[in-house]
Amino acid sequence: MSASSTAEAPFVPKTKVGSFTNFVDERVGGSGILREFGRKVFPDHWSFMFGEVALYSFVILLMSGTFLTFFFDPSMAETHYQGSYTPLYNVEMSVAYNSSLNISFDVRGGLFMRQVHHWAALLFVASLGVHMLRVFFTGAFRKPREMNWVVGGVLLILAMAAGFTGYSLPDDLLSGNGLRIIDGVIKSIPVIGTYISFFLFGGEFPGTAIIGRLYVLHILLVPALILLMIVIHLFMVVVHKHTQYPGPGRNDGNVVGYPLGPVYAAKAGGFFFIVFGVLALMAAAFTINPIWNYGPYDPSPVSAGTQPDWYIGFVDGALRLMPGVVNNFHFEWIVFGHTLTLNVLLPALVPAGIIFTVLFTYPWIERWVTKDNREHHVLDRPRNAPTRTAIGVAGFTWYCVMWAAAGSDLIATHFHVSLNDVTYWLRTLFFIGPIIAFIVTKRIALALQRKDREIALHGRETGRIVRLPHGEFIEVHAPLDEYKRYKLVGFESPAPLPAQPNEHGVVTRKEKRRAALSKWFFEDRVAPATPAELEAAHAHGHHEAITSGEDQKSLSH
Amino acid sequence: MGNHSDGSPNHSGTVATAGQNEVEKFQDPGLPPHRLRLADTDPVAAKRAERQVAILFGTSVIGTLVFLVAYFAIDLGDDTTIATIRTQNLLLGLGTAFAMLGIGTGIVHWAKALMPDHEVSEERHAIRTEEDRQAAVRIVDDIVEETGIKRRPLIRNTLLGAVALAPLPALAIFGDLGPRPDKALAHTMWAPDGDKLKRLTRDPDGTPIKASDVTIGSAFHVIPEGLNELHEGKLNEKAKAVVLLMRLDPNSLNPSKGRENWSYNGIVAYSKICTHVGCPVALYEQQTHHLLCPCHQSTFDLTQECKVIFGPASRPLPQLPIAVDAEGYLVATSDFREPVGPSYWERDEHERLINS
Repeated sequence: MSASSTAEAPFVPKTKVGSFTNFVDERVGGSGILREFGRKVFPDHWSFMFGEVALYSFVILLMSGTFLTFFFDPSMAETHYQGSYTPLYNVEMSVAYNSSLNISFDVRGGLFMRQVHHWAALLFVASLGVHMLRVFFTGAFRKPREMNWVVGGVLLILAMAAGFTGYSLPDDLLSGNGLRIIDGVIKSIPVIGTYISFFLFGGEFPGTAIIGRLYVLHILLVPALILLMIVIHLFMVVVHKHTQYPGPGRNDGNVVGYPLGPVYAAKAGGFFFIVFGVLALMAAAFTINPIWNYGPYDPSPVSAGTQPDWYIGFVDGALRLMPGVVNNFHFEWIVFGHTLTLNVLLPALVPAGIIFTVLFTYPWIERWVTKDNREHHVLDRPRNAPTRTAIGVAGFTWYCVMWAAAGSDLIATHFHVSLNDVTYWLRTLFFIGPIIAFIVTKRIALALQRKDREIALHGRETGRIVRLPHGEFIEVHAPLDEYKRYKLVGFESPAPLPAQPNEHGVVTRKEKRRAALSKWFFEDRVAPATPAELEAAHAHGHHEAITSGEDQKSLSH
Repeated sequence: MGNHSDGSPNHSGTVATAGQNEVEKFQDPGLPPHRLRLADTDPVAAKRAERQVAILFGTSVIGTLVFLVAYFAIDLGDDTTIATIRTQNLLLGLGTAFAMLGIGTGIVHWAKALMPDHEVSEERHAIRTEEDRQAAVRIVDDIVEETGIKRRPLIRNTLLGAVALAPLPALAIFGDLGPRPDKALAHTMWAPDGDKLKRLTRDPDGTPIKASDVTIGSAFHVIPEGLNELHEGKLNEKAKAVVLLMRLDPNSLNPSKGRENWSYNGIVAYSKICTHVGCPVALYEQQTHHLLCPCHQSTFDLTQECKVIFGPASRPLPQLPIAVDAEGYLVATSDFREPVGPSYWERDEHERLINS
C-alpha cells in the first residue's frame, strides 16, 4: 500500500465486480468521494434522529404519493358514484372524490397507501417541528448554522403547504369546509383579497378549478421546493459537520462520534426501515381521514367537531379565540367605504407572523445581544442557557394555547364544561400563558444548574446514612469521576455585556438597548463550578464525600 | 443543604465574582476510556447477537410473504364489504410493518452489538480560510475588470433596467387565472325571476315548503327553487344561497324597523353561511334560539335578528325576506338585502349598491 508502488503501475482489477467498479470510478472519481466521506465522523444522540425521521417521512411520502397519483383524478366534474362502497352508491360527487373512494375501496392496497401517505404527512411536519425545537433549545442555530436554521424554517412552511394542499385534494366535505375557511381568510385581506380569492378558485368559491390547481402545487411545485431545500440543508450539514453535545473530549475544534461506515450508515439506514415500519403499523391499525364517512363536498352540511390536520390547528385556534365583538366594539370596520374585517385578518396573520418572524430572526437577535461571533459546534444543554430556553418554552406555550383552541369544542364536550368558559380561559392564557411559562422555565433551568453545581462540588447522594462517633448522622456523598464532573462544569455562562462606546467614543442608543437586553438575558446566571471551589468544598465540606472503606470515613467533617 | 447552595439568589455573591474567563476552569479530561461490550469479550454473546440479527431479518421475510398473500388471496370484487377491505388493509399493513421493522431493527442491532463501538475524534477545519478568501476576491476583481462593467455604466444601467422590467410579463400572464370579482358576491339565486318569486325548497331534494309544514321549534335546511336544475355553477350558487328556516313564537321575534314583514307567522329565514369565514351555521339550539357555527363557534341569537352573542363573527347573519304565495308555499320576496358570507374589501360598497 505504499504510495509509490500504487502510483507507478496502472491498477488492474482482478474480479468482474472489480472491473465494473473500476470502470465507474475512473469516470466519476468515486475513490476520492469515498475517501472524503467513507469514514466521516457523525456524533450520536437520540435527539439527532428527529431530522432523520423528517427526511425518511419525506421519502415515504414521495413513494406512497407517486402510487396515489396513478389512480387519482383531480377533476371537479360531476359524476355519480358506482363503486363498491354501498352507502354512497349513485350519489352525485366530483370525479376527484370518486377516484379517492376508488383508491380506498377498489384498488388493492390503495387504502393502505392512502393511510401511509396521510400518516407520513402528519409525522413529517411533526418531526420537522420537534427537530427545530431541538435545534433551538440546544443553540445549534448559532454561527455557522444560522442560514441552515432559516432553511429549516422554510422547510417547515413548505411542509405545512404540502400538507394543506394534499389534505384538500379528495374534495370531501371536511376538506371542502377547510377550503371554505381559507377562502374566508383570503377575502379578509384588504384591497386585493377578493381578487386573490377569485384568481385562486378561478371565480366564485368553490368553482371547478381549485382541486386541479392544488394538485399541481401538491405533486410538483411544493415537493420540488422541499427537495431543493433538503439538498441545501444537507449540503450545509456536510460543510459544517454535525454539532455535538458537550462532554469530556468534545470541543468546538473536533467532532466525536462514529464513522459513517459502517456504524453510522448502518444505524441511519436501519432507522429508515424502522420509520417506514412504524408508519406501516399505524396505517394498518389506525384509520386516518376516512373520507367515505364525510361524503362529497357540499356547501350546506357540516359536521360538528370539525378539525383541521394538526399543523394547521394553531391558525384555526387563533381564528376561534379572536372575539368578533367586545362590549359592542366591533372588529369589523368600514374604512372609507371599504370593509376591513380585523376579526379575521388579525388572528389569521398576526400570531403566525410573529412566530415565524421571531423564528427566522432569532439567531441574529441572540448574536446581536451577545456580540458572540465565534463558531459554536458544541451544543448548549438547555439549562445552561436559561433565558433562551425560557423564550423557547414561552413561544411553544403560546403555540400550544392556540393549538388547544382549535379543539375548544371537543374540550368542552369531552370534559363536560362550557364551551364559552373554555374559550375565555384560553383567551386569558393566550396573553399570560407565555409569561408564566417564561418565568417558570427560567427558574427551573437555574435550579437545575444549581443542582449540577451541587453534584459537581459535593458528589452524588449515595443513600448511605452513616453515624459519626459523636452521634451525628450524615449521608455519604460519592464524588464524581472526572468525566462525569466535566459534563456538569464544562459550559460557558456569559455575564451581561455592558454598553460599549463605538469608535467615536459614543455609546449609541442602540448599544444601550442591546446592553439592556444583554442584562435581561444574562442577569440571572449560575457559573460553572471551578477547581478552586471543589478544593474548598473538600476542605470545608459539611459532610464530605467518601468513596468507600471504613478508613476514609474519618476524613469527613 | 444551606452550605452548598452556592448559586442561590440570596447568595449570588458566590457566583462568578470574577469575570468568567479569568476563573480557573476544569481541564477537559478527554474521551472516557472505552468500555467493552459483552459481545466484544464473550464469543457466546457475540454468537447470540448474530442469531438475533438473523431472526430479525427472518421476520422481515415473513412480513413480505404476509403482504403478498394478503394482496393476492383477498380479491376486491363488486361484492366486497368494508370488513374485507379492513382485513386486507390490516394484513398488508402488518406485512409491510414486519418486513420493514425486521430489516431496520436487525441492522441497528447488528450495528450496536457487533460493529465496533469505538467513538473516534476528527478535527474540524475552517469553513473558510483567509487564503481562499483572498484568492476569491482576486478572481472576482479580475472577472469584473474583464467585463468592464465599471467602466461602461451605459451597459450596466440598460441591463439593470431590462432585467427589472423583464419579469412583468411573467406576472401579467397569470391575469386569466380567474375572472374579475365585479358584483358576483353581491347577488344570490334568491333574486326574483322577473315577477316570479323563488320558492323556499328543501335541501337536498328541492321540494317546496308550505308554511303549515313549519311547526314551532322546527328547522329546515333550505335551497332556492331551481338550484338542482342548474347545469353549471350549482355549487357556487348553493354556497351563497343556503338558508336556515325556523319558526319561533312570533312574540319572541323583535323585528327592527323595515323588517316587520320579512317573516311570516314567526317563520324566519337566515343565511346559513357564517359571516366569519363562511362555514355553514348548521347547529340550531331550539331552546335558546341560538344558531351555532361548528367551525369556530360563532353564536347568533335568533330573537335579536341573529346578532353575534359569542365567538369570532362580527356581523349578524343576513335575513332573507319571506312571505307565502297563493298556494301556501313559502317564497322569498327579494334577494338578501346585503352580501352573504364572509366579509370582503368591497362588501360595504356592494351593500350600498343592493339598497340603492
